[in-house]
Amino acid sequence: MSAAVRTIAEFRGLTKTFGPVVAASDLNLSIAEGEFLSFLGPSGCGKTTALRMLAGFEAPTEGEVLLDGEVVNHVEAHNRPVNMVFQHYALFPHLSVFDNIAYGLRQRRPQPDRATVKQKVEKVLEIVRLEGFGPRRIWEMSGGQQQRVALARAIVNEPKILLLDEPMAALDRKLRKEMQIELQTLQRRLGITFVLVTHDQEEALSMSDRICVMNGGRIVQVGTPRELYDNPRTRYVAGFVGTSNFFDAVVAEAGPDHVAARLAGGQHVRGKPGFAVKTGQEVCVSIRPEQIALSREAPDAGMSEPVTILNRIFLGEHTEYLVRSGTLGDILVLVPRQSELNAGTFNVGEEAFVSWDENALLILEQ
Amino acid sequence: MRQLRRNGVLLAPAGIWLLVMLVLPLVVVFIFSFGERGAAGGYVPALTLEQYANLPARWTAFKNTLILAPLGTLAALLIAYPLAYYLAVRCSPKWRTTLLILVIVPFWTSILIRSYAWIFILGGRGIPALLEMVGIDEVRLINTPFAVLVGIVYGYLPLMVFPIFVSLDKLDKRLLEASSDLGSTPLRTFWQVTLPLSVPGVATGCMLVFILLMGEFLIPAILGGGKVFFVGNALVDLFLQSRNWAFGSAVAMTLVFIMLVTVTVYMKFISRLGGQRDDISLM
Ligand SMILES: Nc1ncnc2c1ncn2[C@@H]1O[C@H](COP(=O)(O)OP(=O)(O)O)[C@@H](O)[C@H]1O
Ligand SMILES: [Mg+2]
Repeated sequence: MSAAVRTIAEFRGLTKTFGPVVAASDLNLSIAEGEFLSFLGPSGCGKTTALRMLAGFEAPTEGEVLLDGEVVNHVEAHNRPVNMVFQHYALFPHLSVFDNIAYGLRQRRPQPDRATVKQKVEKVLEIVRLEGFGPRRIWEMSGGQQQRVALARAIVNEPKILLLDEPMAALDRKLRKEMQIELQTLQRRLGITFVLVTHDQEEALSMSDRICVMNGGRIVQVGTPRELYDNPRTRYVAGFVGTSNFFDAVVAEAGPDHVAARLAGGQHVRGKPGFAVKTGQEVCVSIRPEQIALSREAPDAGMSEPVTILNRIFLGEHTEYLVRSGTLGDILVLVPRQSELNAGTFNVGEEAFVSWDENALLILEQ
Repeated sequence: MRQLRRNGVLLAPAGIWLLVMLVLPLVVVFIFSFGERGAAGGYVPALTLEQYANLPARWTAFKNTLILAPLGTLAALLIAYPLAYYLAVRCSPKWRTTLLILVIVPFWTSILIRSYAWIFILGGRGIPALLEMVGIDEVRLINTPFAVLVGIVYGYLPLMVFPIFVSLDKLDKRLLEASSDLGSTPLRTFWQVTLPLSVPGVATGCMLVFILLMGEFLIPAILGGGKVFFVGNALVDLFLQSRNWAFGSAVAMTLVFIMLVTVTVYMKFISRLGGQRDDISLM
């Protein structure tokens, strides 16, 4: 992030406990104005808790929440300039679509006049492509439409930050894809900061400017989707953001750019360190399936291992091979269609070689 | 066809019950109301409107019922709502069941005994005696409309608490958060979200209590001391003491008619309030 980007919200040592359960632990994060940030992690890792502390529904046990440079720990939810799209939308069943969307505007003091409310509501109805649905009842709307209403109800207030808690979880796959694109376009268009909570890595990768990966109440790593994919710090991040092959290893020689590690099978490999490693440390070696080449002859340069083909799955643009190496165990390899067209397919049971570039190998925290 | 027959079987017990216990007696009472009183009491067949013409003789009973039943319903609502709200929204789940049971516990004792207890509380040696100690003399509580009101509110409170509790309990608490998130203060959230969404419970509770109060006779008899009596007391008197069955039937028919009209108007009003809602029970 450049210095010109303003920080709109910040967590400082934020901790939240529910009795014995530590839902969020020592969260430190700054959120830049206008960015699309996602909290990504498995269910129960504290994503919702983090979001609710930002919205003002949960008071932090320790630490501070800052909005626009001010500590807002004691500012109640109804006085915070943020709005939330709830996990199951939480639309008011006794109000029409129009009145649901107008709800936030009507809470303002002094109250805006009817014409202003009408004009603003109609404008967001248009933005979420629900023109003419104003008089409808909530239960007359489909799941996808309800989601748009929830979105409209939040953005009509022009919040400083829009919070979204798994907004797509209740939609079917096709609708989800559409909504992802729509949300992203909307965010660009409105310029509002979006903070999204999701357990779906694909969703986080495709929509976010930055992703904050969480595990067990802690922030594990924050970065752009590409940074997290290419340079994960830990085995957990590499496994959660994309898929990877992992091997246990011990650091034999720690250099600044390259590390030599000894695998459990005794071979030495060289790779890029994802964090500050020390000689003798137990680490995890990771290599993405698409960065492994499969060939009939052992290549002249780089690392290679003889393997046997165990399984083959045709995926269209790629073919996924599961191969077994005598020393490394099972390895997943993703071969692009083009190179398969050039080299031909491998059959189950066939002998082959896997090889990789030194830079593709990552040395990660276990 | 088979579906129809199965529905018939399912509905038969209730249908027969309604026919024997409600429709037939009502028809009998309707016929009796046009008859005359026999010399030794009871009923003599006739076709006269005399009994209906005689209704003003029981005006006081109608007046008391028509004032105290709505008033009692309202008072019960005003007391029950905060209680139900506390139980459903505020109270920790740990205590909820215990407190709910406490609301029903009085039902384990007969209303007769509980009303007698109120005679003592409201009578000369109860609250008036306490008031005398602080210098307020000559307060009469027992055998007044107030005593009857206290009695009926006390007796029917649980019937009001439960429907309201249920509607507040099933209210999605995330709606309250959503309201707060959209900038609404807790008080405004109550008026704009909680209250409208508890209308079904309020409607059910009011209806239950009101209908039962219209037919009440025990509590006025005990706490009204013969001075504050309901239509129910007039009926007890007419059927059991003076044995004027024809007049009693006319009074009963009039009460049924008044109830039908009020309940119909009330339902129209409630369904307007709830919009096209289909979740208002007892409708
Ligand atoms: N109100 C609460 N009371 C008790 N425990 C809670 C509460 N809210 C969340 N938790 C616990 O905190 C942890 C994190 O929850 P949450 O933030 O909802 O996770 P996520 O959104 O990542 O699935 C979980 O173990 C959950 O059970
Ligand atoms: Mg969650």
